[in-house]
Amino acid sequence: MNWLIAILQTALFVALAPLLAGFMKFCKCRLQNRRAPSLLQPYRDLLKLTCKQPVISEDASWLFCVAPYIIFTAMVLAASVVPFIAVDLPTSAEADVIVLVGFFAFARFFLALAGLDIGTAFGGMGSSREMTISSLAEPAMLMAVFTLTMTASTTNLSGAMEYILSEGVVLRPSFVFALFALLLVAVAETGRIPIDNPTTHLELTMIHEAMILEYSGRHLALIEWASQLKFMLYGVLISNIFFPWGIAESFGLSALGYGLLVISGKLILLCIFLAFTETAVAKMRLFRVQEYLGFAYLLGLLGMLSHIILESTR
Amino acid sequence: MILFLAYSAVLLSFASGGVAIAHLYKPEVNKQLVFWLLGASGLMAIFAGLGELIYPEIRLDTLSLGLPWIPWHVHFDSLSAFFFLIIGIAVFAVSLYAPHYTHHEQKNAENFAVLSLFTGLFVAGMMLVLLADDAFMFMIAWELMSVASYFLVAFQHENAANRRAAFLYLLMAEVGALLIILAFGVVASFSDGFTFDALRASTIPTTWMSIAFVLALMGFGMKAGLVPIHVWLPEAHPVAPSHISALMSGVMLKVALYGLIRFCFDLLPEVHWQWGVVLLIVGTVSALSGILYAMMQQNLKRLLAYSSVENIGIIVMVLGLSMIFLANDHEELATLALLAALFHAFNHALFKNLLFLGAGMIHHQTHELNIDMLGGLIKRMPKTSVIFLIGCMSISSLPLFNGFVSEWLAFQTALQVDVLDNGVLRSLIPVSAAALALTAALAAACFVKVFGLIFLGVPRSRHAEKAKEIEDKGMLAAPAILAFLCFFFGIFPSSILHLIDNVAKQLLGSNLPTEATLSLFSLVPVAPHEASYAAPLILIGALIAAGSVFWLLTRNSETTMRIAPTWDCGFGGLTPRMQYTSSAFTMPLRRIFAPAFLIDEKVEKTMRENTLQNVADVRYTLHIQDHCWVRVYQPIERGVNVVTKQVGRIQTGNIRTYLGYSLATLILLLWVVSL
Repeated sequence: MNWLIAILQTALFVALAPLLAGFMKFCKCRLQNRRAPSLLQPYRDLLKLTCKQPVISEDASWLFCVAPYIIFTAMVLAASVVPFIAVDLPTSAEADVIVLVGFFAFARFFLALAGLDIGTAFGGMGSSREMTISSLAEPAMLMAVFTLTMTASTTNLSGAMEYILSEGVVLRPSFVFALFALLLVAVAETGRIPIDNPTTHLELTMIHEAMILEYSGRHLALIEWASQLKFMLYGVLISNIFFPWGIAESFGLSALGYGLLVISGKLILLCIFLAFTETAVAKMRLFRVQEYLGFAYLLGLLGMLSHIILESTR
Repeated sequence: MILFLAYSAVLLSFASGGVAIAHLYKPEVNKQLVFWLLGASGLMAIFAGLGELIYPEIRLDTLSLGLPWIPWHVHFDSLSAFFFLIIGIAVFAVSLYAPHYTHHEQKNAENFAVLSLFTGLFVAGMMLVLLADDAFMFMIAWELMSVASYFLVAFQHENAANRRAAFLYLLMAEVGALLIILAFGVVASFSDGFTFDALRASTIPTTWMSIAFVLALMGFGMKAGLVPIHVWLPEAHPVAPSHISALMSGVMLKVALYGLIRFCFDLLPEVHWQWGVVLLIVGTVSALSGILYAMMQQNLKRLLAYSSVENIGIIVMVLGLSMIFLANDHEELATLALLAALFHAFNHALFKNLLFLGAGMIHHQTHELNIDMLGGLIKRMPKTSVIFLIGCMSISSLPLFNGFVSEWLAFQTALQVDVLDNGVLRSLIPVSAAALALTAALAAACFVKVFGLIFLGVPRSRHAEKAKEIEDKGMLAAPAILAFLCFFFGIFPSSILHLIDNVAKQLLGSNLPTEATLSLFSLVPVAPHEASYAAPLILIGALIAAGSVFWLLTRNSETTMRIAPTWDCGFGGLTPRMQYTSSAFTMPLRRIFAPAFLIDEKVEKTMRENTLQNVADVRYTLHIQDHCWVRVYQPIERGVNVVTKQVGRIQTGNIRTYLGYSLATLILLLWVVSL
């Protein structure tokens, strides 16, 4: 039974990811005085892509065709680990937050390889930049996450959320730092303004788009869906770790429904916040990114130190 | 029985060297016997290691070799057995790989004899180090290992650069050996004898104990390749034949770690947390600078050598954690840290061996090790590429592969820091854990570069274009076995962790935390509610998810793939030179971490007909140097030169002066005696 709920939750997560991307686009369009496409547009795009015949370069190898499936699978696995509607599901015991970071690394590894596979300059450029940014973002993310896991003394996401729920509303300075660090990392890792612009096709600014330039058809659909999943994963992670209240602690139908309602609300608020920042901030030069991520790392470190100095029970 | 297996492993590798000599004088001796014996030696070592690890017991023996009044004391405990297992696996793989790889050398009987003799001696030396139970035997075996490997590094001595690298290696090895002798000497001076039992029983003041620790750290660190005493590694590894580099990087560095663990955790009567901090810092610095330098290399084997520095750094860092926990009376966490360190050592032996053998395969087929001259090999060498990809994924510590499990355990140990009382330690350890995260992420970037530029894209040179798959079965089987083990221990890590747990039990006399379980399906390092990792479940989930998506998306037969030329933006003429190169790929990181390197970057432009815009020719040179080389070694080298020149002044070449020296010495001695 628990396994069934866990699998259903994962399926729901995967199914809702394009909707969240659509809503994000909607918010941005409204803020920029444009008419927004329908919320279902991402689904239509995905469906259209899967019905198209994929065109593969003659220089592509098998890795190019396999990579989209691997990337998508890694994101689905990540989605199964993150508590979305309910905590204490059996899937959360199979992997903890460090493994979650490992899943992201897995997907990124193959995405970067796929970028290099065709042998064009664009792909190499995208891979190089992506690996650079992610290798700076990963320690910042782990620093922020370690602050949480040390407070809750568990790296299990479900366990950490239960701990925070049981403690009630406590203002911890370390969590404030960690929240901001994780927000900065999330923006960098999901390829949004000011680090990368998902709507650009200008060679000087592309990162994610440069890597997937050669993809078409169902392969492109999988990669697009995977990046929508990644966006949602970070969103759920941030909202549920720092504000877990409302998440279902039992598996009754009403509790689960309430949990879904609450997490939708949290994600909507987060999207509106992100849309505001994306509209207000301009894209950053590539070689300013290390300052940005260095700042995120510093925030994570401050969070860790304030946990050790101010909050630790010893 | 198990000791007999261990002895026969040593004797078989000696015999393998002996057969090579016999073949030189009597060509009718089958030279393939060399590899058969080496393989048998590897198998025996595996059996001995497994046997001891499954039935842990300290086995002692005395051999009446060496000096008449000092017999060799032999022991075989779990720690030795664990490293025996590592040697066994590596030697077995090499024995499958070498027959085809060395077929050029086999044409010249003398070259072949030299190579095989010293390989045999080298392997035997490493095994004897593990068996040694007294400082004498340890040092003799250590020197056998060092000197034999010197001849292997110097094997292609026609090239002046190789001779220089080999000399540097010998120099560092001998300085390291001197430091180890001093370390043993310090401990031995407080005990009655040189056997390990006597050393363990010594009552030694803390100051002297710390001095011994520092000497041992420097001595073993020189061999293991810790920063800043790592410079021989990137010089010596690329010039040795690939299967030898695999043994040196995969195994010999581990033997140095064995020495460090044996000395610090076993021989010294107690450990101090300050030493742990030293190891933690040295390890972190090694890991970070190792991977940063690795990233900048163009020569594949140099890159792998620097990556060994990184991995040794990680292992030493986790050993430091273990020491800190042990000194603070958290034995169960010290056990966990030791488990993580030893498991990472095991994993590194597997994947680094695999990658060096892979580098040898690439070199064998293309005669090229420069990453910028390769490309597109995935189509030309499909089997090699899959094997190499598994190695790259393991070393980048991706989930489902073995490298991930050991780093995950390291993180779990580091996060237990809340049990410590010391505030400095509690903030230092998470910072080094974050440095470990940075290292892992950079390693992934580095190996994306390696695999992407070598195997993917379009060939950048004629050699790469004409490359063919390796046909020899043994040469493919050796790395394939290692790749399988990397995957197997990534999915079922507990199968080996149980054995390593026995090592930790015997060495520290303590168990894992009470709630920890190492079941086949799930790994719980501390307690179930704290963290767990169930690789088999993840694999099953991944297979189901990927399979169902694949089935759903490929059902529509109208959407079969169409092959077309690469889109060239309408300009035409895409050439392989438009691809990203190694230095282009790492340029952002080079710029971000610029202070870590000594970069010499030049762009020379020649203009056409004295115009300012019309560029005729651009020449770009990039030279990246190791800070340590310029900041540490060159001053020492200059200092030694100055001192020797001063000393040289007393050599006048005049017989009267030398007679005068003799007289002065005689008078001095008489005066000393008369006191």
